[in-house]
Amino acid sequence: MTQETGNIITLKNVNKWYGEFHVLKDINLDVKMGEKIVICGPSGSGKSTMIRCINHLEEHQEGDIIVDGVILNNDLKNIGQIRKEVGMVFQHFNLFPHLTVLQNCTLAPIWVKKMPQKEAEKIAMKFLERVKIPDQANKFPGQLSGGQQQRVAIARSLCMNPRVMLFDEPTSALDPEMIKEVLDVMVELAGEGMTMLCVTHEMGFAKKVADRVIFMDAGQIIEENDPESFFNNPQSERTKLFLSQVLGH
Amino acid sequence: MCWSLRFCWAFLAVYGADYIMNPNNRNGLSRLFYNPTARSLFFQALILGLLLYFVMTIVGNVMTNLNQRGISTGFGFLSQPAGFGISQTLIEYNETFTFGRTFFVGLLNTLLVSFLGVIAATFLGVVVGISRISPNWLLRKISMVYVEILRNIPLLLQIFFWYYVVLQTLPRPRDSLSFGESIFINIRGVFVPKPVPDAGFSFYIALLVAAVVAVVALTIWAKRRMRDTGQQFPVFWTSIAILFGTAVIGFFITGRPIMLDYPELRGLNFRGGITILPELIALWFALTIYTSTYIGEIVRSGIESVSHGQTEACRALGLNEGHRMKLVILPQAMRVMIPPMTSQYLNLTKNSSLATAIGYPDLVSVFAGTTLNQTGQAIEIISMTMLVYLTISLLVSAFMNWFNRRVALVER
Repeated sequence: MTQETGNIITLKNVNKWYGEFHVLKDINLDVKMGEKIVICGPSGSGKSTMIRCINHLEEHQEGDIIVDGVILNNDLKNIGQIRKEVGMVFQHFNLFPHLTVLQNCTLAPIWVKKMPQKEAEKIAMKFLERVKIPDQANKFPGQLSGGQQQRVAIARSLCMNPRVMLFDEPTSALDPEMIKEVLDVMVELAGEGMTMLCVTHEMGFAKKVADRVIFMDAGQIIEENDPESFFNNPQSERTKLFLSQVLGH
Repeated sequence: MCWSLRFCWAFLAVYGADYIMNPNNRNGLSRLFYNPTARSLFFQALILGLLLYFVMTIVGNVMTNLNQRGISTGFGFLSQPAGFGISQTLIEYNETFTFGRTFFVGLLNTLLVSFLGVIAATFLGVVVGISRISPNWLLRKISMVYVEILRNIPLLLQIFFWYYVVLQTLPRPRDSLSFGESIFINIRGVFVPKPVPDAGFSFYIALLVAAVVAVVALTIWAKRRMRDTGQQFPVFWTSIAILFGTAVIGFFITGRPIMLDYPELRGLNFRGGITILPELIALWFALTIYTSTYIGEIVRSGIESVSHGQTEACRALGLNEGHRMKLVILPQAMRVMIPPMTSQYLNLTKNSSLATAIGYPDLVSVFAGTTLNQTGQAIEIISMTMLVYLTISLLVSAFMNWFNRRVALVER
């Protein structure tokens, strides 16, 4: 399937409800290998829910989600397969507070990929160097700043060698000074050709790295375009209003 | 003395306040009164003084009373012969032993039921706690009802329930429930065969020790192999197989080194074997079940206290549910669970003194009961008994504090 379409992620007519509330309405999205997509929109528009459906942290009720040829359904094996290929970075980092930075990074490779500890540590150190905090390897998450913690979280995901990275508002919980250090890491990652889906309000980041910007409102994809056209020539009124509010300062 | 104290208070209240409240008098003394350090020292000294006065009054009263009644104080009675029997003794004991010996018999009985209770209540409590947050609706509701009912019935009533309602319906010795003609259950208790060492017993024990050593070695080896190659090994089930296999096969290889002394019905009751008293069973059941409801709630709240983000992070990394519990959730839940768990263990131990209500021969029933009645040495016996519970409690809590520090989180 991957060969046919060249898409690593396909969402086809995806619908999701929270009880009566219709969160995702007929979402269609194709993501090509190596593509960087920024998803924006007002809060409650379903951005996070959409990317959380891709690694089955949320369950969709209708439609198909296909990741790297594996169809996402209730089969635990498929879910496990997809989660191995999709890394995720959360708004609140969700590091394991009882483990050191290094152990945070090696836990999944050791227990999921059954990797020898030494090898897992070598890989972890490689990624910790890439996010520029190898010297914090033996500290606990509680001893690090927010920006450092988020970079550890990125390294932890990368240790599983994912083909796709999902970012769920990775800088929303950070002080302004720390946002830059996390964005720098993400820009670098984008430059290496990682496929990225990123929910964020950092419009500068979107202009810099996105291949495509998606605007969502009320559970629907309202508009998608390359950043140039998206920011300079938005089509829908809703998008114009949103952009005027976000970029208005 | 009392009057003089009252007078002092009155004087202070009337003149002291007047003097201090007047700003013209802000000289050395009143400045001292408004100094936090001096004020704190003053009140501490005052409290200490009152406490000393209180204790001395009591001691004085007691000495006078004891002298008037001609009761001699001291611990001499501990070496006098006791002259009464005890229904369950873990160490050798009969009527000719001393009162001092009854102390140890009672103490061991208390420790026995507390130990059994702590183990069983922990096990049952963990099961109940995990059931309460299970995705299975029926299991969740059953465990909820279990907790809500059993936690809200007084422990003493539950002990009576097991002793008078459940165990008293068992048949008389002649009509015992029999399991393979070796285990008998009747109103007098549970009778099981008693293992008696025979020729080759030490060899058998050596075999068992070797099996334990093998299991330890296996665990170390598996850990090392996992670190070096990433291969996981089912240590738990292999260890069980090794221990169980050695116990069974070794038994026959060494020529059945353990004889069993079977209980036999002689006259009105069973002789031989081991007798487990109905009092012990009733007390153990009641303590276990009552405490397990609290432990269940502690386990549940401990697991729920770990944020949902941890679960999402585990899932996003592809860890399975077993690994999520073992590696991420439980280690974090533990630090919330340990302090309240400690107080439940202490509660169970202290609650075991309710034994006296159904006549299980624990420390309170034997020593602070019968021995006290026979000797009349109330002060010595009650203080010894209180000291025992205090010591047990402090030891348990010292151990749990040490354990708590080991699992505590490092922050900044």
